[in-house]
Amino acid sequence: MDLKTKALTKSLWVFHAACSPCNNCDIEICDLFTPRFDVERFGITLVGSVRHADALIVTGVPTYKTRERLKMLYSQAPKPCLVVAIGGCACGRIMFRDSYTSPCRVDEVIPVDVYIPGCPPKPEAMIAGIVKLINKVKGK
Amino acid sequence: MLKLILNYLIFPGFLFSACIGLLAGWVDRKVTARIQWRRGPPWHQNFTDIIKLLGKETIVPQAAKMTFLLSPFLSVLAVVLVATILGKSIISPWDWFIGDLIVVLYLLIVPAVALIMGASASRNPFASVGASREMKLVLAYELPFILSIVTVVIKSAGAIQIGSILEYQMSFGSHLASLSGILAFIAAIFCMQAKLGFVPFDVAEADQEIMAGVLIEYSGLPLAMFKLTKALLLYTMPVLLISLFWGRDLSPLALIGKYIVLLVVIILIKNTNPRLRIDQALRFFWGPVTAIAASAVILALFGR
Repeated sequence: MDLKTKALTKSLWVFHAACSPCNNCDIEICDLFTPRFDVERFGITLVGSVRHADALIVTGVPTYKTRERLKMLYSQAPKPCLVVAIGGCACGRIMFRDSYTSPCRVDEVIPVDVYIPGCPPKPEAMIAGIVKLINKVKGK
Repeated sequence: MLKLILNYLIFPGFLFSACIGLLAGWVDRKVTARIQWRRGPPWHQNFTDIIKLLGKETIVPQAAKMTFLLSPFLSVLAVVLVATILGKSIISPWDWFIGDLIVVLYLLIVPAVALIMGASASRNPFASVGASREMKLVLAYELPFILSIVTVVIKSAGAIQIGSILEYQMSFGSHLASLSGILAFIAAIFCMQAKLGFVPFDVAEADQEIMAGVLIEYSGLPLAMFKLTKALLLYTMPVLLISLFWGRDLSPLALIGKYIVLLVVIILIKNTNPRLRIDQALRFFWGPVTAIAASAVILALFGR
């Protein structure tokens, strides 16, 4: 493992891309930065601009409008950019599968690295997912 | 000549001050985390961030001008020069030229100017909002900052060389021991907070409202350069204030102690205040802070 990958796994800056979610997953993501879970221990911080991001956190089902925005966000992020799909909607559209407002899943728009299912997933589950993501980057 | 280059690149210059500044940035993050009842990042976090940013792709917006990529390097070079002048002045006070204090004052504005130039060159609307706020902030804090430094110059019998100001304090006691010194020091601490871009004066890169503002289009190496500038300023500004106001005893141990005291003051101001709007910041600097600094100048003229 070279220095570049190691530094990437130790300081993951995440950008929160909300693709028309119901806000439950977003609230649980905010829990990750509270004293009980505190992912800044591992160098993970939320950033405001997608240009600073190492990982996109996608929540919700893409609609016709947010699909284009999501594609744009991914192309604007500097590579290597990882993508985490959080919640049942982002993983596989669950009950919006046949909805007329939802054209596709998240992984049909951009490549997804880690899926964290749940409605919403617990913060512990998200931390476990991030650990899986880091192991994947390390090549384990 | 070789010694000067080594001075610039290694000892009081780039390498040394960047390491101290990044470590101080870690102290800031750790103390902030402890205040919020969190654990906080490990000590090497800021170094890791910089290394990671060096390995990322650098994206240049389609319409950006050349200054977009030049300005980060300009700001780092200017602050490293300040760190070198300060470090050399503390080690051997008579090495530098007369008037280096004025050069330092000019060079300390360069990071803000570089930020404004880079943000304007990126052609992002959020960046232009951030640039205009940064410009107003510079206009706001420069007046009281220069007034408080004028106080120091008056008190040390008109010396405009950092070395001779230090000599004066070594023979006649710190400027902080007098009333005008204390007033000017308080004004300078507020200006330092604004120069560092910390809360409550972080309107230019307000993360929650204009998404990192001036830095919004930067990624990879240029962003790392701006982060390094922040770290270097976190080392340079407190050391400048210490050598101007509190420079009676500058043995290494005393210098470290004084630096930590100033760092704690900065972190406490940062963690106990909400962000000011730009008009509030302007009113604050041109009102109470300028009044304090001006009264310090008047008191210094009367020898208090």
